[in-house]
Amino acid sequence: MSYPEDLQYTKDHEWVRLADGTAEVGVTEYAQAQLGDVVYVELPAVGQTIAAGDAFGSIESVKAVSELFAPVSGEVVAVNDEVTAHPERVNQDPHGTWMIRVRVAGASADLLDSAQYQALVG
Amino acid sequence: MVPFAGWEMPVEYTGIIDEHLAVRTRAGLFDVSHMGQVEIAGRDALRTVQALACNDAARLQVGQAQYSALLTEQGTFIDDILVYRLASSHFLLVVNAAHAARDVAWLLEQAPRFGEAAIVDSSARYALLALQGPAAMEVLQPLTGVPLGEVATYAFAHGEVAGARAMISRTGYSGEDGFEVFVPPASAAGVWQAMLDAGREADVRPCGLGARDTLRLEAAMRLCGQDMDETTTPLEAGLGWIVGWSKESFVGHEPLRAERERGAARRLVGFEMVDAGIARHGHTVSVGGVAGVVTSGTYAPYLKKAIGFTYVPASAAAPGTELEVDIRGRRARARVVPLPFYKRAR
Repeated sequence: MSYPEDLQYTKDHEWVRLADGTAEVGVTEYAQAQLGDVVYVELPAVGQTIAAGDAFGSIESVKAVSELFAPVSGEVVAVNDEVTAHPERVNQDPHGTWMIRVRVAGASADLLDSAQYQALVG
Repeated sequence: MVPFAGWEMPVEYTGIIDEHLAVRTRAGLFDVSHMGQVEIAGRDALRTVQALACNDAARLQVGQAQYSALLTEQGTFIDDILVYRLASSHFLLVVNAAHAARDVAWLLEQAPRFGEAAIVDSSARYALLALQGPAAMEVLQPLTGVPLGEVATYAFAHGEVAGARAMISRTGYSGEDGFEVFVPPASAAGVWQAMLDAGREADVRPCGLGARDTLRLEAAMRLCGQDMDETTTPLEAGLGWIVGWSKESFVGHEPLRAERERGAARRLVGFEMVDAGIARHGHTVSVGGVAGVVTSGTYAPYLKKAIGFTYVPASAAAPGTELEVDIRGRRARARVVPLPFYKRAR
């Protein structure tokens, strides 16, 4: 599996795309493969503030539920309704399916680059 | 792979939803060799089975099977089982893997009271492959000389499957038509492959424990040890129909008859989620201030909704009753629905 070079990753298997002070956040190919068929994605409301390392939502598959951890701190400025309406998008295209957009303010979690994340998940 | 009752078993092959839908629309193949087998044979075999399993085994012809249970003296579940009548005085019990050792010990301890019958744990003599789904018969038929159309539901026949000695039973745990095929363990891998090969055109999927659980729950089939145990009776579990009420006696019959007389105080009900989320085993459920737990809960891939089982006071068992499920601290609404959740068209 390839992990795009333009993304950064958390040890909890989220990815983040940082550009111009805004971050898009999703989950990785590894996460979707471990979860299997995703049937619910629960996301915060626009305007909510999230803190790096804290849970901001959850993702549930037929067999398991997992929390989503924020890679960055800041205010949620957009939520992808497409992914809550069609959770299977996470399985189909994990790195192309963002969940929330965050206006970054303050600290980020320890983020990994593509090679480091690849090494983590083998 | 996950450990399950001492066996290493796959949760999924191609994905739980894919496997689940294959069984509902075509066919899926399960290796359920973990299930335990106990044989009861000898002069008083029928008398012994009649005393130790709650359903009425005298109604079985040779070649027929029935759903039944082993109960405690209190009328609560030790295990749910299938009873096969192999010959007039020879029965085969198929028991849950997780309870097999305890069942055998209990049967050995109880049986001498009812006359002359040998109790033999023959789990190691059988591998069990379940081919389930509307295409099961057309996939299996080319592999056997047994005319499968003549095997009725809950009946079985002996013959060969893909060259292996086999007992072919028209039973299953999926809510679909299908067959469970008992073969010698040494033949199991070959028969498995032959079934998959024969099922290529019908696009048969190998299926794991995940789909086995979602399929059985969608069809409202109980899982013993989870949906019922030594604290629940067949009447509470909605399984009064597996009790042979016309039998004079069986272990646990007195408290059961009393409960039947006064009506079960609590009942297993099916519910579906109204709010988003999946209620899962162990989540707290409340109805009118009374707390219970979700005994089974999942996302039902064919019905495309979250469903589950719980026990409620009899007064709250009517379809439409609102329940509240605590999903990791969030209170989510659910409502009681009629069972089964899913029933195949015949």
